[in-house]
Amino acid sequence: MKLFQKKYDRSAYLLVLPYILFFLMFVAYPLVFSIVLVFHRWDIVTPMQWVGMKNFERLIHDPLFFKSVFNTLTFLLIHIPLQIIVALGFALLLNSKIRFRSFFRTIYFLPVVVSGVVVTILWQQLYSFDSGLLNKFLMIFGIPRIPWIVSPEMAMPSVAIMATWKNVGIYIIMFLVGLQNISPELYESSNMDGATRRQQFFSITLPLLNPTIVVVLILSTIGGFSLFIEPYVLTGGGPMQSTLSAVLYIYNQAFYFNHMGYAATLGFVFALVIFAVIMLQKKAVEMESNS
Amino acid sequence: MKKIIKYVLLILGAAVFAYPFLWMFAASLKPEIEIGGFSLWSSNFSFKNYDQVFARIPIARAFLNSIIVSSVTTLSVIVFGSMIGYALARLNFLGRNLLYYLILFTMMIPFQITLIPQYVLMVKLGITDSYLALIAPTMISTLGIVMFRQFFMSIPQAFIDAARIDGCSDLKIIFAVIWPLSRPVVITVAILSFMASWNEVLWPIIVVRERTLMTLPQIVTLFTIGGQAEALLGLQLAAATLLALPIIVAYSFFQRYFIDSMVSSGVKG
Repeated sequence: MKLFQKKYDRSAYLLVLPYILFFLMFVAYPLVFSIVLVFHRWDIVTPMQWVGMKNFERLIHDPLFFKSVFNTLTFLLIHIPLQIIVALGFALLLNSKIRFRSFFRTIYFLPVVVSGVVVTILWQQLYSFDSGLLNKFLMIFGIPRIPWIVSPEMAMPSVAIMATWKNVGIYIIMFLVGLQNISPELYESSNMDGATRRQQFFSITLPLLNPTIVVVLILSTIGGFSLFIEPYVLTGGGPMQSTLSAVLYIYNQAFYFNHMGYAATLGFVFALVIFAVIMLQKKAVEMESNS
Repeated sequence: MKKIIKYVLLILGAAVFAYPFLWMFAASLKPEIEIGGFSLWSSNFSFKNYDQVFARIPIARAFLNSIIVSSVTTLSVIVFGSMIGYALARLNFLGRNLLYYLILFTMMIPFQITLIPQYVLMVKLGITDSYLALIAPTMISTLGIVMFRQFFMSIPQAFIDAARIDGCSDLKIIFAVIWPLSRPVVITVAILSFMASWNEVLWPIIVVRERTLMTLPQIVTLFTIGGQAEALLGLQLAAATLLALPIIVAYSFFQRYFIDSMVSSGVKG
């Protein structure tokens, strides 16, 4: 049997050939071409025009670029803590001795499988200032109506709340899996040492869920920078560009203004920003767990 | 007492996640003036909103387009993904590690950077407004390859050796020997790829402008924001329900697979 393993399997090249072709067409070519594009002005119809660093100069002076980064960070600052708290809360509830666990799990996961378009159309009604269900619900308790998506201050937080509602199901299950992987002996022995529930949560549960929290951080960050359909349908990026997301801005530059070169430059720089943010998060988590 | 609080919280949670969908379905059956209320029932239920949606946009055609695009994409992802995953996991060839690193590298590239050049490629190939443009860039999934590779590595060598002695080709080994042993991973990758394809909006909006080629989420999106729904909520909610229903039905049959797929892809991806 050793014979089989020693020599090279030539047929392997045929099997991986589809990937090589795919890589050349949809990864390598676009990457190289994006480098070409960032140095050009191009409306896709007339020939490309070399502009050197002009696209980058324009980007540094473009308030909308900074606005879209700021909007994404606003989104992340609300979305990530909210997601972790809500997911962890429900995971703790589901992890205790209860009946119908799989029923609740199924319901909480429902928004995850449904298209973002559906969720956004639905929430557009919930968020409506005059006739939305959320404001009607608040009014029952005499709470004044909230301008969810009509005020520039509230619009991005509203998008973040909606995105949390849509995605939290995944993280509930992830935290639940994480909780179930914690050995019960740890709790038993700390019980004997007289630890309170609270102490157990902060010195056993939370540290051991750290890997899950890192996953939530990274996936939410990628998600935040990929935000497109929610603001596109809900607000069109408004009011006053307050929900203009990174991808929506790329889309507008490319397909409303036909600025292919500048849109590619935006994509390029956003990719660098994503890497930077994720690196920072990783560093922060490492420092946290070392201390 | 503590138990009761727990159940109250769990049920409140369930209401928060499920009620909006029930409300959407009920509202899509109501006449426009009744839609603002909380009630899930009306004595005036009818399919009028749905008739209107079918009359205004080619939504049946869009449904067919979505089925074609999602099915071909899914089939391609699992067939090519298995071939590549098998080569990486079980065969010996020069450049194998390099190829694997290349795949991991591809996974890390944010789509924001390749979006515009990929669109340009479609334009240069002259295939915008075609099924090919919708399908080609997602025909191979790097996440799929990685998941297949990982699973195939755990299959005992004896199965493969026995098949080889019988004179099986690699393709026969993959699809007749390995696949029956790898049901869970095949189903997981298939669900992930079908869902991603079914729910994708950005790419279709970019490469398809021809109404008869639009996918279901695309046409529902453009219907809602493009003014054809004339700000009539009933029509928008009916269109949204038509888009949500197939995936909710599939979910109710295969919920365990859906949940496991999404969670495992998140952990690995």
